[in-house]
Amino acid sequence: MASGLAEPGPPVTDGGAGFGWGWARRARAGAPLLGVVPFLAFVGIFLAIPTLVVAIGAFGDATGRPTLGNVEALGTSTIVDAFVRSIVLSASTALIGASAGAMIAYTVVTARPHGLLRRVVAAASGVLAQFGGVTLAFAFLATLGFNGFVTVFAQHTLGIDITGSGWLYQLPGLMLVYTYFQVPLMVIVFLPALDGIRPQWREAAEGLGGSTWQYWRHVGIPLLTPSFLGSTLLLFANAFSAYATAAALVSQGSPIVPLKIREAITSEVVLGQANVGKALALGMVLVVGVVMIAYARLQRRTARWLG
Amino acid sequence: MARLSARRRRRQGMLRWSVLSVATVFFATPLVAMLEFTTRGPGGTRTLSTWRELFDVNALASNDPELWAGIKASAGLAVLTVALMMVLLVPTMTWVRLRLPRLRRLVEFLCLLPLTIPAIVIVVGLAPVYAWVVYFLGGSSLTLTFAYTILVLPYAYRALDAGLSSIDVRTLSEAARSLGAGWGTVLVRVVLPNLRSAVLSAAFLSVALVLGEFTIASLLNRQNLQVGINLLGKRDASMSIAVSFAALALAFLLLFLLSFAGRARGPRAVGLDALAGPGVEAPAVEAPAVEEVA
Repeated sequence: MASGLAEPGPPVTDGGAGFGWGWARRARAGAPLLGVVPFLAFVGIFLAIPTLVVAIGAFGDATGRPTLGNVEALGTSTIVDAFVRSIVLSASTALIGASAGAMIAYTVVTARPHGLLRRVVAAASGVLAQFGGVTLAFAFLATLGFNGFVTVFAQHTLGIDITGSGWLYQLPGLMLVYTYFQVPLMVIVFLPALDGIRPQWREAAEGLGGSTWQYWRHVGIPLLTPSFLGSTLLLFANAFSAYATAAALVSQGSPIVPLKIREAITSEVVLGQANVGKALALGMVLVVGVVMIAYARLQRRTARWLG
Repeated sequence: MARLSARRRRRQGMLRWSVLSVATVFFATPLVAMLEFTTRGPGGTRTLSTWRELFDVNALASNDPELWAGIKASAGLAVLTVALMMVLLVPTMTWVRLRLPRLRRLVEFLCLLPLTIPAIVIVVGLAPVYAWVVYFLGGSSLTLTFAYTILVLPYAYRALDAGLSSIDVRTLSEAARSLGAGWGTVLVRVVLPNLRSAVLSAAFLSVALVLGEFTIASLLNRQNLQVGINLLGKRDASMSIAVSFAALALAFLLLFLLSFAGRARGPRAVGLDALAGPGVEAPAVEAPAVEEVA
């Protein structure tokens, strides 16, 4: 950093012209690297080490000896069930969120481009997509909990009990609550793709005598499919990695993987299963990783036409 | 043709209003319910006592100590995290652009990595790291700032990267250097002022994220706003929902301000898009960085 005045100089290649002076030039060329050391050190300590702790710990026992016990524990029925429930929860809210969000985005795109409607929907989506966690769980307790707004209303005017069997605190409740942040996220990520659809294409289709159905069947849907699928995958990953909302809503039992991890971290350590939490975490990273790679691929396809 | 498209427009209009009405009802109901819930008085009356207590700092601090501690910790964490994020990212990203363009991909990859590693996973691996943090710095909740800086990296990186792309860092810094400025001066008095709106975006996003964080604080047994709200919810439902609503309103305000900070810089502003998760404006056009090596 201090050697700032020196220009980087030509890249030093092995056996280059500066034979004999190579080490000095190489050292000088390496000096700028010092500038990124603080960043790399920080990321190394607080991101790389935790990741490695999870990845290595998943294959070790409490004393650090290698074992496959933790990974084998993933095959027990309660953990398999948790993964299945997590995947069902994420997939269903991703599909519902993607469909509803795409519809809202479409209605916004067909409105005036810089009108109030669009600005309000975009701003509201930005906020609501971030509205997760404890506050969202409590909002739904105030709505559909035992003394919630809608619960009380339904009881007084319609005489029905809609809290039946406490569904809000189980998987169906999680689906409803997750949908609340999935839909706005879809609006945010899908709007740019819809903006890429040019009105001229519609006009061209009409000029050639195509109907609305034919336009969507042969032009609109094929163009938007990669982006729609990609956004759905993003929503899946978003729901799959969410923890806070479920943690605040579900206090008994651990139906989904993130709550299983909570259980593994906070509960008494069962002998020989000290690192099951790490194996669970590794399983989550694998699922999210695969989904995100597929997402990146689809995003590249989208950029070709709608970028 | 004209008649046809008029009919189409009418049909679109109807679709639009029905979709938007359903959406409005769905999204507004929980918000209305929160207000209704927090203004309930005894015997079906309405009262503002919960809200009055919330805005009376002394009463809040004595009646709800867990919440008050959480608010203080979150405020401190927001400031510390923004500061640490800036100290870490602005010099590094500027330096990489000027002198180490080959490392740009690596830095970008590392910054976006937290998007693919859920916080609940990071917290599992953070436990041993935090054992060392406690050893060196003590067990204060403020030490969470290290973990939070990691969480905000993707959002801050995107905001700052958009800002750096919109100015000619190389020319600016060469001009300053040829006039005798040191690297510190270049950074603080040349680059930073030009990045004002990007820095603001990154800061707002970081603050919004820190104020909403629950996973890491709760599982590392620290205090922050969300942990406080969650604890309070077990004791005083009305108060905890009022605080939730207030926190939401604050987040709304922050993001609203953010959309202004973003707008200052043309149509491809970072603004709300930066919230949208991985690679929304992803692999677009990013050629120019590489050729500087040649």
